[in-house]
Amino acid sequence: MKETKEYTLYNDTVMDHFLNPRNMGDVQEADGVGEVGAAACGDIMKISLKIRDGKIEDARFKTFGCGSAIASSSMATELIKGRTLEEAKNFSNQEVVDALGGLPPVKIHCSVLAEEALKAAIEDYEAKQSASA
Amino acid sequence: MDKRSVYLDHQTTTPVLEEALQAMIPYFREAYGSPSSLHRYGLQVREGLSEARKQIAAMINAESEEDLIFTSGGTESANLAIKGFADANMRTKGNHIVVSAIEHPSVMNSVEYLTKHGFEVTQVPVDDIGRIHPEDVRAAITPKTALVAIHLVNHDIGTIQPVKEIAKITAEKGIALYADALAAAGWMPIDVRDLGVQLLSFSPHRFYGPKGIGVLYRSRKARVTSHIHGGVQEGGRRAGTENVPAIIGAGVAAEVAVRDMEKNVAHVAMLQKRLYDGLWKHVDFIKLNGPVPGPLRICNTLNLSTEFIEGEGQLLLLDHQGIAVASGSSCVSKSLKVSHVLSAIKLDHALAQGNIIMSLGKDNTVEDVDYVVETFSKIVHKLRNMSPMWKEFEEGVIDSVINPTGRGKSFTQHAADISGKPAHEAEKASPLSAERTEELVREAISEAKATGDSTPDAVLKRASIKAGGRVDSPTLVEVIKRLLG
Repeated sequence: MKETKEYTLYNDTVMDHFLNPRNMGDVQEADGVGEVGAAACGDIMKISLKIRDGKIEDARFKTFGCGSAIASSSMATELIKGRTLEEAKNFSNQEVVDALGGLPPVKIHCSVLAEEALKAAIEDYEAKQSASA
Repeated sequence: MDKRSVYLDHQTTTPVLEEALQAMIPYFREAYGSPSSLHRYGLQVREGLSEARKQIAAMINAESEEDLIFTSGGTESANLAIKGFADANMRTKGNHIVVSAIEHPSVMNSVEYLTKHGFEVTQVPVDDIGRIHPEDVRAAITPKTALVAIHLVNHDIGTIQPVKEIAKITAEKGIALYADALAAAGWMPIDVRDLGVQLLSFSPHRFYGPKGIGVLYRSRKARVTSHIHGGVQEGGRRAGTENVPAIIGAGVAAEVAVRDMEKNVAHVAMLQKRLYDGLWKHVDFIKLNGPVPGPLRICNTLNLSTEFIEGEGQLLLLDHQGIAVASGSSCVSKSLKVSHVLSAIKLDHALAQGNIIMSLGKDNTVEDVDYVVETFSKIVHKLRNMSPMWKEFEEGVIDSVINPTGRGKSFTQHAADISGKPAHEAEKASPLSAERTEELVREAISEAKATGDSTPDAVLKRASIKAGGRVDSPTLVEVIKRLLG
């Protein structure tokens, strides 16, 4: 039996992103902001983007939710930085799950929320673009 | 402050007492016979079991140690109390059961099972601190009621229930009363005769006994039918070779619980008060669920909701700092549903999401509590910084439920707006037929008349409890008007 303190609910990658989240906060003067909620569990996720020359230059998140929701948003923002908008539109929650080394089945919806928040932020950016065009 | 290890989940389980463990050890390899055997190995073990039975009977002041049935745990005891009693009595007493809306899942789900086998159930609502009101129990009783099941203490929010007053009502009506004492046993005195209950169950691992053993007290006035079939152990009411070491350990834990009750309760209640005062002094926007520490609350738990952040995140960060707690948040449950207890006290969804349960034990110290207060305050700060809700509250987009500023919409409304539908949309119970509704209302009218108060309001109150949310209020009012004439 290992010592009590050696046990964690999620794997090391998920725990790392939960305990030391990357890109936490709000992008100042963001070009696109997406805030989505999960009706199933009540979690809420917000992703803000800085977009330059059709590329995601910066991405930040804020999350009201469990450990895997926080880790999912941290990982999603890590993954999409530097991608073009076209690439980002094809972003899938599976990429988050894989990069995190897997999530418990009941927590997969947390990664879906990250995908939805990202896509909502891109839609917000495109709506603003077409409004100003 | 240095990092410590603080176990604050004693309402889930506790470590086994040294005295109990030492008493158990000989029963693994020396006294390993089966109590059913007729040889000396069996007889040796029988003597040990008989002593444990006496210790446990003394803890609850049972008339006789023959009134105890040993099972595999609190859950099996609750299943046996409800299903065993229902089976033994449905033909003679009726097929209706009254429970509170906040019973333990082992009670709720046993009763739910019976509804698929010809039983009807009425759930008695609770108030905002989780108190069951005896008159509501009275209103829920029908001529077909066979059993009333009301717990002594709520396992989630620590509310102590007026079981003795409820027992007066059930006695008056000649109905059996089953009290689940899971969250109470070992932490407050229990006297089955003084309470006036016919069935009572508990689980010794909640008060420093071993796991794998549960107790059901059954007065001779209440018959139960066996649900585990086989040999004639436990007077033929629970087959299977007894878990001897666990029963021995449970006996010792019961004896020590009684011996040390006053000391332990005083110590734990002092820590509970210190934890409550400390948390509320150092952390804003937290709400206590259940009664304030005092006579209405069990001495060892605090159930709180931290606004703007979610419960699992709090639990994990506390765990990372060495502090073990529980949560009733939907993110923690495998079903993604918030605790039915929090729903029953009508706690706002946003607050149910931020739920944390801390339960103290005899070995916790003042230093532990101070460490928890300090750590919790830091953790809440960290998670609020990460939460979009906190900033939106500061900007006036959403308002606080706990301490409203009058600016912004509710969190629940905000969550519904951005997710497209209400979070945790309440599952609607299947509605009752018009015939059944009329029948319930007739019952409510005749009972109301019997008490001398048959105003439409009095009838509506009774009928609402009987309907248990399965008929909407306007419909009930209409039927009452029609039948009252």
